[in-house]
Amino acid sequence: MSTLFDRLFDSGHHAVTIDGEFLSGTATVAGGEAVVIGTHNKAAINCGLALKLADAILAAVREDRTLLRPPRTIVFLVDTQGQELSRHEELLGLNGYFAHVARCCDLARSHGHRLVTVIHGEAVSGGFLAFGLMADRVCALPDAQVRVMDLRAMSKVTKIPYDKLVVLAEESPVFAPGAENYWRMGAIHELWSIEDDWGICLASAVTRAGSEDERALLGLERGGRMLAAPIAALVAAA
Amino acid sequence: MEQFVMNFTVTNRLATTPSPRVCGVVSSGNLEVLVESGEPEDTCRIDVHTPAEGFRDIWSAVLRDFVERQPVGGVRITINDAGATPAVVSLRLDQAIDFFRSEKP
Amino acid sequence: MNVKPINYFEASARTRIACLVDPESFTEFCPPELRHISPHLVRLNAPVAFDDGVMVGRARLAGHPVLIASQEGKFNGGAVGEVHGAKLRGLLDKALIERPVAVLLLVDSGGVRLHEANAGLIAISELMRAILRTQSAGIPVFALIGGSCGAFGGMGIVSRLCTEVIISEQGRIGLSGPEVIETVKGVDEFDSRDRALVWRITGGKVRRALGDATRLVGDDIGAFRAATAELLDKHAGRPLNSSDLDDLTAAHSNLSIRAQRYDTARDGRIIFQEAGFTELESVALLPVDDFNRQLEGSP
Repeated sequence: MSTLFDRLFDSGHHAVTIDGEFLSGTATVAGGEAVVIGTHNKAAINCGLALKLADAILAAVREDRTLLRPPRTIVFLVDTQGQELSRHEELLGLNGYFAHVARCCDLARSHGHRLVTVIHGEAVSGGFLAFGLMADRVCALPDAQVRVMDLRAMSKVTKIPYDKLVVLAEESPVFAPGAENYWRMGAIHELWSIEDDWGICLASAVTRAGSEDERALLGLERGGRMLAAPIAALVAAA
Repeated sequence: MEQFVMNFTVTNRLATTPSPRVCGVVSSGNLEVLVESGEPEDTCRIDVHTPAEGFRDIWSAVLRDFVERQPVGGVRITINDAGATPAVVSLRLDQAIDFFRSEKP
Repeated sequence: MNVKPINYFEASARTRIACLVDPESFTEFCPPELRHISPHLVRLNAPVAFDDGVMVGRARLAGHPVLIASQEGKFNGGAVGEVHGAKLRGLLDKALIERPVAVLLLVDSGGVRLHEANAGLIAISELMRAILRTQSAGIPVFALIGGSCGAFGGMGIVSRLCTEVIISEQGRIGLSGPEVIETVKGVDEFDSRDRALVWRITGGKVRRALGDATRLVGDDIGAFRAATAELLDKHAGRPLNSSDLDDLTAAHSNLSIRAQRYDTARDGRIIFQEAGFTELESVALLPVDDFNRQLEGSP
C-alpha cells in the first residue's frame, strides 16, 4: 500500500491506518487535507466492512461540520471482489447495509464533500455499486480490474458459447470485464497510466468532480452507451 | 434467432382502429404479441422473431389458421417468441386480438 | 363489493399495474409499440421484449397521482439492462418535474442482466442516485415486492433505498441469491432447495420482522393496493424530510446493533424469536394478519 500512497498523495504525506481489509485516515491532496477511506486485498464486503465504510464517511461529515471548516474531499480507495457470499450476511440484510453506505455517500455529497474514487485493485459487482460507483468522479489505475462477472462464468449462466462472447466483447463494451469498457460507458471518468503523476491526476480529478450524475451523457459522448441517456430523457419528457 | 415477415390477404377486416395492445410475456415456452392498426384493410402483416430456427412451415400453418379465423384485415402483428408451442402461439394470438378489439385497459 | 383476490406472485407486470391502480388511470411512457428493445440481446441472439422487461408510466392510486414502474420477472428474470435501467432512471427524473405523491417501483428482479452486465450495473448505480435525489426533493419512493424473482442483486440495494417497502410473504429481498451462494460456497453454506430455509433468510416475514420492509401483505394485488393506498394517504401533502446526519447516525446505530445482536445467526428463527414470536415452528404458517398483529403488538 505504501507505494500507492507515495504516488497518490503530496510528498507521500498521509496518515492512513490499515485495519485488516479496511483503510482509513487522512492524506494531503492538492495541498489540502483529504479524508481517505478504502479497502484492499480484494476485500469481500460484508456488513461489518460496510459499517466501517459508512462510519468513516459519517465521521468526516460530522467532524467538518463540528469544526465549521470547509468539507474535505473524500478519496475512496477501492479494491473489492464484490459482496461476501454468505447465508449469515444475507440474513442480516447485506443489501440494506450497502444501501446505507450509498446513503452516507449521498449525504457527504449534499454537505459539499467531493467524492473521488481511485480503483487500485478490483471493482466487482455489488461491492463496487455500494462503494466506488457512488462517487462524483471515478478513476482507475492501470491494473484495475472492473467487472460484474468474468466471461467464463457468464457463458455458463447465459448458455452463450465462450468463444462467441470473446469475439463479441471485441466490438462492444457492454458486458465484458475491463476498466476501459467502463470508461467508454461513462462510469469511469479517467484511466490513469503508469507514467502519469498520480498526485497531479488526483488533484485534477478533485477539481473536476461534479455533484450531478452525468455518466449517461458521458457514455453517449464516448460512444459506449448510446441508449441510456436518450431513453431516460424520453421517459422524463413523456 | 430467425426473423421473417408474412403478409396475408384477408377478407375479414377489423372495422375499428384501436390503440396498440401487447399480450403475453417473453419467457421460456411463451411469447409476446403486439397488435397494431395501420395496414391496408385487406392485409394482415405478421412479423415473427423466434429463437427456434427451421420451423417456418409450422409458423406459416399456425398463422394462416389464425388469419382465417379472426377479423384481422388492416392489422399488423409482431411476435417475440421464446420457443412457444403452436398451441400456445394460437391461444396467445386469439387473446391478443380479442384484447385489441375490446379497447379496455 | 366482493372482489376476488388476484394472485400477485403469478400475475404479469402489466396485470399488476392494471389491478393495482385506479381503473383506466395508467398511461404508459415508451409503450411497447415504440419497440425500444435491447440491441445487446439482439447481438447475442437472445429473445427481446418490446418494453425490455419493464413498463413505466403515470397513474392514480386511490386518487393520488403516482409514477409507477413494473418489472417483468418472467422476462430474463426481470434483470436490468441498458434500456430497462434507463426507463427506470427516466421515471425518477420525471418525478422531479411532475412531483407525484410517490414513485412506485414494482420490483421483480434478480439484479443486473448478464447479457449487458456493465450497462446494467451502471444503470443500477444511476437508479440509486436518482432515488436518493428524488427523496431529497421530498418525494417518497415505494418498493412493492412479491414476484417470483424477488428483489436481488442491485435491485435488492435499490429496494432498501426506498422510503416504504411493501412485501408479501412470498416476496424476497436479498443481495446474493441462494443459488449463487450455494454454487460458490457449497450446499452446507446455503441449500437453495431448502425452500423453508430460503424464506427464513430472505422472505417477506423475516424482512418485515427485521424492519427492512415497512408492510407485510398477503399474496393478493388487492392487499398490495390497500397497503399502498394507506401509505400514499400518509405521505400525501407531507413532503419527505431528507435524511440528515442525525437520521443516518441513528440508522447506523440500528444496523450496528443488528449486526452485533445476530453476530453468528444463520437462520431467521432467531429473528422471529427476538421479535417476540413464541411458536417458532408455526411462524411460516401464520396468516399475514396474525403475523402483523403479533409483530406490531410486541414490544
